[in-house]
Order: sequence, then C-alpha cells, then structure tokens
Amino acid sequence: MQAIAFESVDFSYGEDSAFRIKNLNFTVEEGEFVAVLGHNGSGKSTLARLANGILTPDGGKVSAFGIPAEGKNLYEVRKKVGVVFQNPDNQTVASIVEDDVAFGAENVGTPREEIGKRIEFALKAVGMEEYRHATIARLSGGQKQRIAIAGVLALKPGVIILDESTAMLDPRGRREIMEVVKRLKEEEGLTVVLITHFMEEALMADRAVVMNRGEIVMQGTPQEIFSRSEDLITYNLVLPRIRYIEQRLNEGGMSVGGTLDTQILAEEIARCVS
Amino acid sequence: MKDVAFGQYYPVESFVHKLDPRLKLLFLIAYIVAIFVATNFYGLAVCAFVLILAVAFSRVPVLKVLRAIRGVLFLVLFTAVLNVLFHTGETVYWQYGILCISKEGILFSVFFVIRLVLLVVCSSLLTYTTTPVSLTDGIESLLTPLKWIRFPVHELALIMSIALRFIPILSDETGRIMNAQKARGADFETGGLIKKIRAVVPILIPLLLSAFRRADELGEAMDARCYMGSKNRTKYKKLTFGWRDAIGFLLGAAMVTGVVLLRVYLTGVV
Repeated sequence: MQAIAFESVDFSYGEDSAFRIKNLNFTVEEGEFVAVLGHNGSGKSTLARLANGILTPDGGKVSAFGIPAEGKNLYEVRKKVGVVFQNPDNQTVASIVEDDVAFGAENVGTPREEIGKRIEFALKAVGMEEYRHATIARLSGGQKQRIAIAGVLALKPGVIILDESTAMLDPRGRREIMEVVKRLKEEEGLTVVLITHFMEEALMADRAVVMNRGEIVMQGTPQEIFSRSEDLITYNLVLPRIRYIEQRLNEGGMSVGGTLDTQILAEEIARCVS
Repeated sequence: MKDVAFGQYYPVESFVHKLDPRLKLLFLIAYIVAIFVATNFYGLAVCAFVLILAVAFSRVPVLKVLRAIRGVLFLVLFTAVLNVLFHTGETVYWQYGILCISKEGILFSVFFVIRLVLLVVCSSLLTYTTTPVSLTDGIESLLTPLKWIRFPVHELALIMSIALRFIPILSDETGRIMNAQKARGADFETGGLIKKIRAVVPILIPLLLSAFRRADELGEAMDARCYMGSKNRTKYKKLTFGWRDAIGFLLGAAMVTGVVLLRVYLTGVV
C-alpha cells in the first residue's frame, strides 16, 4: 500500500510566482522512512502541504492510502497524514498539554473515553507522560515539539510528516525529536517523512529524496545520495560531517569511505594508519 | 515574564479553587443581584458575612484580597463624598446652599461604600481562585443554550482560549523586539508623553506583523489536525458538579433568600 502517492502533480502559488512544481511523481510506501532534503525554496514544505490537503494541486492527483485528497475525502486524508510544523509555538492551540493533545481527536468526534486513552498513548509515545497537566508555555522547545507530535499521534495517522520540525530547536531538542521519530518508526511501525536541511538527520532514513526548484533531482539510499558529493553541492546542500571527513581524508591520500557509520570509519582509519 | 500575564490567579488548593467555574460565575451574578436587592444594613451584613466566609475558605491572603480595592479607591471615595454632600435628610448637621451634611446622607454613603467594596472583592475573588482556562470553559458551558439561536459559542470560547495561550508568547516577543530596537538606539525612557507614545510604534508594528504570521501558521496547523468548527466535535474535558458545588449553591441560594426576606420585612431602616 502506498502511504502517499503524487501522480504528475502540478502546483504554483499563483501566476506571478517564480516557484512552481511541474509533473511531480512521488510515492512513499507504508512503513517506509523517507527523508526529503533540499535548501530553502526547493519545494519540500510545499510537498508536505500538498500531501495532507492544505494545498490543492493545480493538476494531477494526490492520494493517501488510496484515498484521493479532494472534496469530501479531504478530512479522511488529513486524519491519515499528520503534519508536524516548524515552529512549536505556532501549532499548539491550548495552554495545557492534555488539552492540546486532545484537540485533533476532539475535532474528528472521537468519544470521550477513547480520547483519554489516545492522550495516554500519544504522550507515552513521545515520552512526556509526566507532563500531562503541565502548562505548555513553560516547556522547552524540544518538549513543545514533542507535544506537537503527540497531538498528531492522537489522530492515529498512518504517516507522519515532519516539516523541518527540528529547525528551530537547539541540538538537545533536535536529538530528542530524532529519538522519538526513531522509536515511532520501530515500535509503532509508523510511516515517516522527514523534511529537513540537516543532512545528519537523513542518515537514518530508508530512502533520501533531494528536491531542487520544485523537482525531485536525486533519489536513493542515504548511502548512495551522500556518495555523490559534487551533485549535492550543486543543489546547495552540505555533506553530513562524516562524509565530509571521509572526503578530506581521501583527498589527503588515504583510502577510506563508503560508510555512514562512525564506528566503521574509525576502524578503517585505524587500519590505514597502521 | 511568562507568568505576568496570567491574570491574578492565586495558585493554592482550596475549597473555593475546586468549585466548578460555572457555579462561581453564577454565584458572582447572584451576589451582584443580592447586593442591589439589599436596601438595608441587615441585608448587606448577610452579603458581607457570606463573602468573608468565601474569602476564608479560598486561602487567598486577606491583604491580597483587599489590594483589589485599591484600584477603585478613588471611585469609592469620590462617590462617598458626593453622597454625603448631596443627600438630604431630616437630621441636618450642616448646610450651605444645596450642599448639606445629614445623618441620613452619611448613612447612605456608608451603605454605598460597603456595596461597592463587596462588589469589587467578590469579583476579584473569582479571578483569584479560577484559572483563565477554566473560566473560559465555564463561560462556554453557560452560554451553550445560545447555540439554539445559532450564536457561535464554541468558536467564541476557542478564540478566548487561543488568545490566552498566546499572551505569554506575545509578551516574550514584545520584550525581544524592545531589546532589538534598543540595540538599534531606540529610546523608550526619556521624553514627554507624545514622544513615549511615538516610541511605541516601532514595537507595535513588528509585533502586529508577527502576530498575523503566527495566526496564519496556527490556522494551517489547525487545518492539518482536522479542525472543522463545532460540527460533530466532541469535548474531552467535562465540568462536573460535585458536593462542593452543592454546598456553594445552597449558600448562594440561602443568601439571596435572606436578602430578599430582609428587604420585605424590614423596610426603611436605611
């Protein structure tokens, strides 16, 4: 089953906008973890907004789990495709944690007892059980963003899209979110689309997709993508640190590489040096 | 900065804090009515007694409660003086033209001062003991009958709670913008009134702009979480009416009855 499917999608923000998406085909299989990379204005956030029907394509078809994102089905698609946005402060509705997590479930008419269970489940999934009655304004950025993820999880989505959800966080908050994402994928079997410009975050994905000017320009495993360093640079992307170190070592005459694992790289370097 | 804006809520656990916000709101209305129904000192004494009881059980320090009066002190004194000078009576102590000080005038003005003080203390007790969030919930619940005439009760309540949610965020942001403007040489402290008002403009415009941007993003996030208005919406939090509320209700009912009876049977004491 395809969790998200774009079939020759066209989109623009109006006539005089320079940015446009033309004939975009993109699919995410159920259970997959896809990282979408691209510099500012590459169209990666537009992708997220098209996927859950906040934006409507000018042409082509967007569907989630076989349900087309249009007309009456729009809310079905939004239930299936959860989006966590960039700014933690601008996506929480209520002042108290549990009230905010409940918001989505309340919107779709979930019975009361069920909402209670979902809040429990969602907060546990993001590791915030003790904060159920806390005031959101007093939480850290990482914690707020975990609450935002919980709010999406309370809708029981099939796929969760993180639209640069770590961009405004400090390194610690970023790590917190990535741990939660990893756990959701492994333990809940959730399909994850991670939109980011931090290359490190893409390393744990099954597949990486690079976007540039509204087009998908590269696709493959993170390994494959990051081995094409020249191409990445043309799309204004920087290499993950580990890849950068490998490259410099190779330029210096060592022959290491082909790995994205620090441990293996360390062993290789040790071998070369001795 | 984060705690500044949360009204004057006094966070302790007490009998009054745990009361249903709807009951507290209705009690305040009943109290206001009772104060104005009371036409003699006995009636007011009943009201005062009930309020003292409420303050005692709220565990809010008396000094803090009395501080609420400070804001209206001028108004209270001003009306008291006017009442003394213009109220005519039989036992006149001093007269000059239309101004006269009489026994009845003094009594009337004391009566009026007590009324105002009780009114202010009772309403501030509500905000001392109820969080803005539960106050909003209470208002929403009480307004529910208005849904019959298609009044958007749910939307109104949502607007109120979102506004409350953004107060700390926007107040933080105001601080940040002020610092940013100060770093660029803006001067907020010196100068006259006009100059100070003008200095506010470079804070207000970025703040407004950012508020709009936030509203836009919030709307998108709400859409993404399937918000479709009040249609088919369920509510997780339910307000429950417990034994405390029953006691509160009985007390309020007894107070109103007492005041009415005192008015009927003891007319003309003041």
